[in-house]
Amino acid sequence: MELSVSTRAVASYTVLEVAGEIDVYTAPQLRERLIALVEGGARYVVVDLSGVEFLDSTGLGVLVGALKRLRGVNGELRLVCAHERLLKIFRITGLDRVFALYDTVATATAGSAG
Amino acid sequence: MPTVRLSFTAAPAHVRTARLVGVAVARRAGVSPDLFDEIRLAIGEACSRAVALHRQHGLSDLVDVALTDGETFTVRVTDRAPIEAALGPAVPDLADPVAPRPGEDRPGSDLWDGTSRPVDDRTPTDPQVEEAEEAVAVGMRLALLAGLVDQITVRPAESGPGTEVVMSWPAAGRVNGVPG
Repeated sequence: MELSVSTRAVASYTVLEVAGEIDVYTAPQLRERLIALVEGGARYVVVDLSGVEFLDSTGLGVLVGALKRLRGVNGELRLVCAHERLLKIFRITGLDRVFALYDTVATATAGSAG
Repeated sequence: MPTVRLSFTAAPAHVRTARLVGVAVARRAGVSPDLFDEIRLAIGEACSRAVALHRQHGLSDLVDVALTDGETFTVRVTDRAPIEAALGPAVPDLADPVAPRPGEDRPGSDLWDGTSRPVDDRTPTDPQVEEAEEAVAVGMRLALLAGLVDQITVRPAESGPGTEVVMSWPAAGRVNGVPG
């Protein structure tokens, strides 16, 4: 198992729970799921990265693509990421200032966008 | 002298193999486990770069990874893409490629580097989307490599066409000659 993706609804949000490794090989799967969600009408999307062990630049590109796609339809993308290993990647690339990052799904679906 | 060499066709699936092998060799070389995460990521990024270059140029050549153990643990990833193509994306302006500019109130709005149309012009299935995401990924890749690895050099390959990315980390097993 390299990447698993599942969706569930929490309040008005669609939560995409991702587990495994997001890299140059698996990122296309994530892209397809995110595109399908937006095409299916989801506008408030939370990507839960809590189960992600590895994230590379290709995965970041897909997340940035999803952010832009959702903004284009007046939607919103929030990320749940508490692991220092992943947070470091967002900091190094400056994306910690681009994405709304939350510690838990509960805070991501409760508060207003950071 | 390389301790371990690995060559693979430019398929994304093999990048994971290279990461796993790289960390296994680093462990044997006595590199501090604290560095494994960044070594894993750096090897992945260097290999992803080579795979992308080979695929862009339709090359069937193998990507070569040489892992050398000594006072330092050194990783050399060699691609075979035409040098002018490879050096373009390989030696960019690394100054924080995606940082929001001062005063910019929509921080995600200019991640495309001015090279493509605004996202609103596209349908979600537009093939341009994938291309644009790849362009973002290239910027991220360079930011990650520059931000993660203290010792990194990108230069023309030792022989033949292509470039090599050479990265090294202290091999903690050795008491002498280990940089701070």
